[in-house]
Amino acid sequence: MSKKIIATTSLAGCFGCHMSILDIDERILQLIELVEFNKSPVDDIKKFTKQVDIGIIEGGCCNSENVEVLKYFRENCNILVSLGECAIMGGLPAMRNGIPVEECLQEAYLDGPTVSLNKEKILPNDPELPMILEKVFPCHEVVKVDYFLPGCPPRADLIWDALVALVTGNEMDLPYEVVKFD
Amino acid sequence: MKEKVVEIISKYNGDRSRLMDILLDIHDWQGYVDDASVDVLASELGISAAEVNETISFYHFFSNKPRAKYNIYLNDSITACMRGRAQVEQAFENECGIKFGTVSADGVFGLYDTSCQGMNDQGPAAIINDLVFTNLTPYRVKALVDGMKEGKEIKDLVYEANGDGNNADPDMQVMVQNHIRKGGMLLDKNFEPYAVVNNMLKDKSPEDVIQIVQDSNLRGRGGAGFPTGLKWRFGRRVEGEHRVIICNADEGEPGTFKDRVMLTEFPELVFEGMAIAAYATGADIGLVYLRYEYRYMLDFLNRKLQEMRDANALGKDIGGIKDFNFDIRIQLGAGAYVCGEESALIESLEGKRGEPRDKPPFPVEKGYLDYPTIVNNVETLAATVKILQNGSEWFTSFGTKDSHGTKLLSVSGDCRFPGIYEVEWGTSIREVLQMCGAENVQAIQVGGPSGVLIGTRDIDHLNKTELMNWYKPSGMMTAEKFFDRKLSYSDLPTGGSMIIFNKDRNLLEEVVMNFMDFFIEESCGSCSTCRSLPQIMKEKLEKILSGAGVRQDIDDLLSWGKVIKVSRCGLGQTAANPILSSILNFRHLYEEHIQAMTDYDNTFDMEGLVKASCDFVGRKPVFHNS
Repeated sequence: MSKKIIATTSLAGCFGCHMSILDIDERILQLIELVEFNKSPVDDIKKFTKQVDIGIIEGGCCNSENVEVLKYFRENCNILVSLGECAIMGGLPAMRNGIPVEECLQEAYLDGPTVSLNKEKILPNDPELPMILEKVFPCHEVVKVDYFLPGCPPRADLIWDALVALVTGNEMDLPYEVVKFD
Repeated sequence: MKEKVVEIISKYNGDRSRLMDILLDIHDWQGYVDDASVDVLASELGISAAEVNETISFYHFFSNKPRAKYNIYLNDSITACMRGRAQVEQAFENECGIKFGTVSADGVFGLYDTSCQGMNDQGPAAIINDLVFTNLTPYRVKALVDGMKEGKEIKDLVYEANGDGNNADPDMQVMVQNHIRKGGMLLDKNFEPYAVVNNMLKDKSPEDVIQIVQDSNLRGRGGAGFPTGLKWRFGRRVEGEHRVIICNADEGEPGTFKDRVMLTEFPELVFEGMAIAAYATGADIGLVYLRYEYRYMLDFLNRKLQEMRDANALGKDIGGIKDFNFDIRIQLGAGAYVCGEESALIESLEGKRGEPRDKPPFPVEKGYLDYPTIVNNVETLAATVKILQNGSEWFTSFGTKDSHGTKLLSVSGDCRFPGIYEVEWGTSIREVLQMCGAENVQAIQVGGPSGVLIGTRDIDHLNKTELMNWYKPSGMMTAEKFFDRKLSYSDLPTGGSMIIFNKDRNLLEEVVMNFMDFFIEESCGSCSTCRSLPQIMKEKLEKILSGAGVRQDIDDLLSWGKVIKVSRCGLGQTAANPILSSILNFRHLYEEHIQAMTDYDNTFDMEGLVKASCDFVGRKPVFHNS
């Protein structure tokens, strides 16, 4: 059996879900036996070098770059998995969704108590910068997502079981206790 | 200013549980509750300012900002919309020169949208300074606003004649019409008020009375259908310093207006029912929770209560029965649908936000001020008088084998004679349609937005289990048989609201959207399911209607509709029903909007979504091809 190929990325997330992937501890050695990593912060491959079996997404979309990366993943991955609260529901970043984006920028760069040094009232407007979306979106509202692993972060065991199930093609055992939303 | 607030508070003996009345009085005095008054209320009543503010903000008719000299609350229920509400709204905006949801700069006009006011048979209606104006048209709006611009008293603007019956009573004088189309045992003018309380109760023990009501199989007429006799028995069993009878007159389910007519024409019957319930259960406190929309009845009803006291049917040693002491007070609500739920109603009676309580304990164990409390619907209480008068056997001779007696139907929508119909249980939908002169019928909303939308076609695709889940019919239905469904607890239970839609109506865009807006507006916000899902589901429906929907969207709606059932109260549990029942019965209306060729469409529009931030920071959007 040829090894399954995995890619991962963190969009508008805190990398906590990736930390949780690492929490599978010594099982990572077993994982290496089962899979090959392609584009991922784990190996620092920047661009897909081939079609990938499983793409794992941490974080939702708060700016145009997140959207582009997510679409890039969708094009290059056969299966896409939303990993954790932010990817599934927007998470903490989505708390700004009730506030107009102009007000957020105003507070962050002009009015906030910690921006007193910004005397020239500069707003980040370099064309190189990603553009901020009006709202933070969960991944499945931008592209089709096949599976969802809840948690903040999802427990390492849950990630491990899900990966093993996906790689081996077996059904996953998901007892009530392991599905946690926070 | 402070003195005035203190004076109002002392009128209610500084009783925290009378906060609703205190706030109403402050409103009557200065039109809103300002921050300074909130502070006085908090310190005088010994509660926090937050507790005062959370109560003010909960109710539609309370405000912490100045309202206007003329406050115009225009009904936005579905039948109002079907009867030209949009033009009336436009006329108000043009004549007053402001938009809905605002107050004019000179403080003369305030325009507000308002949920169903119980005037479905004579909408669009507006409540202006507590008086109801029905059958509005742009022409009449102009006349009204012209009068207000001249500074006339609002009661002088009641145009043409008053309504029929007691609507013309000196203490009411509103233009509301009863529209009683079919009478029965309840809507029967030939009855002697208080005969049961004054003459019959002394020969019966409380236990006898409960037994008679239990033998009659009377079930709660508010919609849930709990056996009344059993509720009374439970209430009697629980020990308490006091026991409480509450009459739920907060009919807020869009499309119901039967309680309005009962209270207008037969208040004696309702109050006597309360006295009977008090005798049976040993209660000494009686409360009527009257929705704010019916405030125009308050003086009239209080006069009726006084007449009842004068007739020794209320007060001390009622009907000559020693130690049978019971009196009734009317508590006004302030505009909140959820207060029709009995535990939310009790919270509101205690002067708090009308949020439903966790159950158990049920109100019969621990209700108003923790006393054992029996909450009955207006119509239920009225029926008990007839049962006591004529016996349980007589009562069970009406209706079907599982649903006895009669039911008041509030019929509105596309029919020639909207109004109140008292029918025996077991009457079929077809018969009701014939009675009210409805033709070309496409669908009927039975039981209000929280009930079901039933229709004439395309139900054959339903499998038996789905049908059983929804209606528990005796067997597989065909479209032709649909209108033969019978109003009964086993087939088609209802609180009495029936809204008829003809074939020209757009069920999804007009009807279902209106109902979802209603639930979004009226959620108390306590449970996240009811707070969020109706909004999310409405957005999903909008997506489908815009043509961007995929099959998965329909499946999502169905599965999310199950999640909402974990909400604490009936409002939350049924808040998805407009969508769920229209999918079940009119699935073709959804399917015709669904894209055939794709299984995923997110309508995600990046260019539109980055525009606001790019404009704000002053940059041109740049898009890469990924």
